[in-house]
Amino acid sequence: MAKRSGTVGFSKYRKHPAALSVILFLGLIVTSGVYTLGANAANEYARSSVDAAAIMNDPASIDAGKRLFATGCATCHGLNAQGNSDGPTLIGVGAASVHFQVSSGRMPMASPGAQVMRKKPQYTEEQTLQLAAYVASLSPGPEIPTAAQLNWAGADLAEGAELFRANCAQCHSFSGRGGALTEGKYAPSLMIATPQQIYEAMITGPQAMPIFNDQTLNLEEKHGIIAYIEYLKDSPNPGGFELGRYGPVTEGLFLWTIGMGALLMVAIWIGVKAK
Amino acid sequence: MSNSNHDDIQNEVVPATQSETQVNLPKSELPVHVLRRADVDPIAAARAERQVAIMFLLSAVFTVLAVVSFFAIPVDLYIRVPGPGVTSASNFALGITLGLAIFLIGTGAIHWARKLMPDDEVVQSRHGYSSSREIRESVMQEIRIGGEESGFTSRKIVRRSLLTAIAVLPLPAVILALDFGPLPQNELRETLWKKGVRLVTDPTGRYLRPEDFSVGSLVSAHPENLKEWEEENHNLNARAKTSILVVRMTPEQLRTSQGEGWDYQGIIAYSKICTHVGCPIALYEHRTHHLLCPCHQSTFDLADSGNVVFGPAARRLPQLPLGVDEEGYLVALSDFQEPVGPSFWERG
Repeated sequence: MAKRSGTVGFSKYRKHPAALSVILFLGLIVTSGVYTLGANAANEYARSSVDAAAIMNDPASIDAGKRLFATGCATCHGLNAQGNSDGPTLIGVGAASVHFQVSSGRMPMASPGAQVMRKKPQYTEEQTLQLAAYVASLSPGPEIPTAAQLNWAGADLAEGAELFRANCAQCHSFSGRGGALTEGKYAPSLMIATPQQIYEAMITGPQAMPIFNDQTLNLEEKHGIIAYIEYLKDSPNPGGFELGRYGPVTEGLFLWTIGMGALLMVAIWIGVKAK
Repeated sequence: MSNSNHDDIQNEVVPATQSETQVNLPKSELPVHVLRRADVDPIAAARAERQVAIMFLLSAVFTVLAVVSFFAIPVDLYIRVPGPGVTSASNFALGITLGLAIFLIGTGAIHWARKLMPDDEVVQSRHGYSSSREIRESVMQEIRIGGEESGFTSRKIVRRSLLTAIAVLPLPAVILALDFGPLPQNELRETLWKKGVRLVTDPTGRYLRPEDFSVGSLVSAHPENLKEWEEENHNLNARAKTSILVVRMTPEQLRTSQGEGWDYQGIIAYSKICTHVGCPIALYEHRTHHLLCPCHQSTFDLADSGNVVFGPAARRLPQLPLGVDEEGYLVALSDFQEPVGPSFWERG
C-alpha cells in the first residue's frame, strides 16, 4: 500500500517543469558515483608484506612462475617467453620489467591498442614475484630494486625536482599528471604509481618511455626524483581544484564549457517569456 | 490589434517625422500578448513574490555562511570532493557560499522581473542617425571660413612647411629600431660545440661515456664549456643553441645519419631545439624513435637523420657528430653543420 502511494506521489511530480533537470542531475550523480568507486577500486594497489628477496631467491618460485606463465602469459608471449606475432619476447627483459607490468595491472593486457593501460592487478604480489623469477631465470635483465635501493629518505628534493623537469616533465608534465604522445599513446599520470614502480619504469623503459639506467641517472638522482614525485602526490591544492594541474588550458576549457554553458542557460532563462 | 486590453496603445508604430532619413516601418506584427498567471491570479502573484523573497533571503543566509566559514574553517584544512579531488576547504566553502549569495540576488531579480514586473510590449521610435541638412551645411561652412581666415588655403608656404614637418616626424621611430641590436652575423650559425668538447649531463654536469648508455637510453646534455660561458655572460643564449638529446639505438635500428660516422656505436646526438619555433623537445618514444615537440606536434625520426615525419616543422633537426676522446669520454667531432633552432631571415 505504501509502495502504491509512493508511485502516486512520484507521478504527481512527473510533469513538473523541473522534472527533466532533476532526473538528469540524479542520473549524473549516480553515474559519476559508480565510476569513481570503480576507478578507485582499480587504482588500489597495496604493496603486500611479502618478502620479495626470499621469493625471488627460492628455486621453487621459478617453477611456480612457469606454471602461472603458461596459463596467463604464454598465449601472447609464447610458451617459452620467446614471443610470437601477438607479443614481444620476454627473454632478457628482467624481473623489474615483469614486476612493473604485472603489479600495475598493465599485464596481462585487456586488449591490444596504442597504449597498454593501468588497471587492477590480476596477480597477487607473491604470484607477480614468481612470474618475475621465472622470466629472470631465462636470461638476466634489470632486477627488482632492493629495499636499500628504494630507501629514498634523505634524498635531495630540490635536485630531484630539477632532474624531474630535465628528464621526466617533457612527457609526464611538470606536475606528474601525464600527457599525450603520438598516435594515441600517452605518458600516464605518476600520481598512482608506487615508488617501486617508478624505479622499475626508469630502469626498464616500459612502452614508449626511454631507459634511465643507473649510469645516466645514478641512485641518488633516482631517489631525488622519487622524493619529488612523492612530494607532488602529497602537495595539496590551496587555490582550488587542480583540474589536472595543466594550468590555463584546462582552466580555460572549464570556463568556456561549464562556465559559458551556465551563462547561456541563464541567458535563455532570462529570454524565455514567463508564463 | 485589439488582442488584449494591454496593447491598444502600445503596438502602434509612431512615424518618425523629425528625421529626413525616416523609414516607414511595417505595421507591427507582434504576437498576441498572453497574460502571465501572476497577472490574472493573485495567488500566483503571491507565490511568485514569495519565491523572489526566498531567493533574496537565501542569498543573505549564504553571505552569513561565508562569514562563518571564513572564521570557522582553518585555512590548512583540505577536503576531498568526489570528482574534482582534493582542495582547500576554506576556499571551497568561501567560493560556494559567496558565489551562491551573488547568484541568488541575480536569480531573484530575474524572477521578479519575469513574473511580477510589467511585461507590456512597447515600440520605441527612433529618428535617423545623421544630423539635419542645415546642421551639416553650417558645420562645413565653419570649416571653410576657418581655412580661409587662418590663411591655411592662401598661405602656401606655411601650409607646405607644416605638412613637411608632420611628414618627417615618424622618422626617429624608424631610426630607434636600430637599437634592437647589431645584426646577428654568425651568431645563429655557431654554437659552443667544437671538436673535442665533452658532453655533460643536464643539469648534473657529469661527463658521459658510451658504456653509460643502454639501448633506449635518453640523456639531455650540454657542452662542458657552457657553465663557464654562462658565468661570464649571464644569459641563456648559448644554452638555447647547444642543448642536445643523446640516445642510443642498435646499429640495425639506426637507419641513416646526417653524416658518415656521426654516431658512436649507435649513440647519436640531436639538437633539442625544434626547427619550427624553437621549443625544447624531449618527448622521445624509444620504440618508434620518434621525437615529438609538445608545442605544435612536429615529429622527428631520430633513426632517420632527424627528418620531419609530421607537423609544421619545415627542417630536420641538426645532428651533432659524436666520438670519444683518448680518455673514453663522449665528445663532439665538430660544431653543428647547419644552424639550430627555427628558421631566420638570413638563413636562406
